[in-house]
Amino acid sequence: MAGELSKILEHVETMNELDLEGVEPTSHVVDLTNMLRDDVPRPSLPREVALEQAPDATQSGFRVPTPGAS
Amino acid sequence: MSDELLALTAAEQARRIEAGDVSAAEVFDYWRGRAAADDLGAYLWVADQAPEDAGGFPPIAVKDLFCVRGVPSMAASRILEGYRPPYTATSVENLQNAGIQVLGKTNQDEFAMGSSNENSGFGPVQNPWDRTRVPGGSSGGSAAAVAAGTAPWAIGTDTGGSIRQPASLCGIVGMKPTYGAVSRYGMIAFASSLDQCGPLTRDVTDAAILLNRLQGRDPCDATSLGIEGGVPLPIAERLDGLRFGIWGMEEPGLEPGVAEQVRGTLAKIEELGGSVESIELPNAGHGIAAYYVIAPAEASANLARYDGVRYGPRAPTNGDLTALYEQTRHDGFGEEVRRRIMIGTYALSSGYYEAYYGTAQKVRTRIAQDFAAAFQKVDFVVSPTSATVAFKLGERTQDPLAMYLSDYYTVPMPLAGIPAISIPCGLSEGVPVGFQIAGPAFSEARILDAAHALERSIAFEGVPVG
Repeated sequence: MAGELSKILEHVETMNELDLEGVEPTSHVVDLTNMLRDDVPRPSLPREVALEQAPDATQSGFRVPTPGAS
Repeated sequence: MSDELLALTAAEQARRIEAGDVSAAEVFDYWRGRAAADDLGAYLWVADQAPEDAGGFPPIAVKDLFCVRGVPSMAASRILEGYRPPYTATSVENLQNAGIQVLGKTNQDEFAMGSSNENSGFGPVQNPWDRTRVPGGSSGGSAAAVAAGTAPWAIGTDTGGSIRQPASLCGIVGMKPTYGAVSRYGMIAFASSLDQCGPLTRDVTDAAILLNRLQGRDPCDATSLGIEGGVPLPIAERLDGLRFGIWGMEEPGLEPGVAEQVRGTLAKIEELGGSVESIELPNAGHGIAAYYVIAPAEASANLARYDGVRYGPRAPTNGDLTALYEQTRHDGFGEEVRRRIMIGTYALSSGYYEAYYGTAQKVRTRIAQDFAAAFQKVDFVVSPTSATVAFKLGERTQDPLAMYLSDYYTVPMPLAGIPAISIPCGLSEGVPVGFQIAGPAFSEARILDAAHALERSIAFEGVPVG
């Protein structure tokens, strides 16, 4: 995979052929500011539904091994 | 009645339902039977019965990455195997509310990363025109199902061409709307600044009907705007006074058979009263380079959530939490997804961020400026959708870069956020060629009108051989 990644990055670097001095970067294509929704409380998923898809759940949360054994 | 349904567009079937010639439940059952008998690998799940209210339209095939409550929604990834979401994507909910029910979930490249559907965690899809060829990707299952007549219509997502390219390779209509036209809420995310949901259909009218019901502002997606005034049914039969700018005909990778069909379509534009001129998009050639920084970068962040804790399978491990994360992600992600996470995290890493992500964002600006300049001169920018017809299964899997270059003609539009449609325009090597029409942001109605007029003139026979 290392060889493939190098080849991809080589192609990516062809961007450097362009003179991009003074060009503003685009992070978002649509001109939008402060798109806020009304702050109306609404019900969220019941806990048992949110936990239903977990590979290992307790009644109150997701069970995981100890974070820092090693 | 049932075999008659196969020959009808979704709009025509809706008229039969309305007239009382056939019930919506019968139509649903007919398509359920067709979908269940699919042998192309196009489906990952098919509904086992008609919903109580089957609605006023025939049902729809939905790309696997759309969350549908209680229905497997895995983005064709082993890391989400068996996942049944507790909620439904807004786009799908909009369709259900309009009387268009979910027929099944279609195969795709894992997390929409691919151009051939060969990156699915659940096996490839065959092209119904020639089973030794790919259907395109990433919405390959949706495109193959519509082309093979195992779905009346479908939805997919397009990040760098994932609706338009498979539509082109399968001989159907596929449209990527303006970024923000359709809510992304409940669409399993790949690259959030590029992803858009859109229709894959037999004809342009069906695409307009679907888009009109998909689009809309959604409080759950702050980037969604909807399309002001909605999407009217396309009615144009002429192209009088419209200016078309053709781009990319000198590309070395463009197959002569594809070029010939595209030139034939340009002649039809002129017959219909439109004018054609060559147009330059000087930075579009760098689209692939910019895209393969921006999309993997965003994907590497979006895919961080798959860790075997809250949903999806968990890899067995005796280690600590970090070992669990690592083993689950190692086992769950396919090769292409790993490749893109690595490119993305590298491009975003400290010291390289400016050189890669920063530069790509500037190229993105340049490409948007190229289109803006083009739309000063012409109404539409047109090109082949794909440089080649459907390639053979396995042909490009050993060379990721060659696969990436499959998106040459489709990547610039999402980078600029603008809408584009692919319509079938003829055959080469006995398989379909797609013609792409792009317009300025929120010009969907005009694009659909032009595509409608051209479609009538081309009169493509949309039935795969055999």
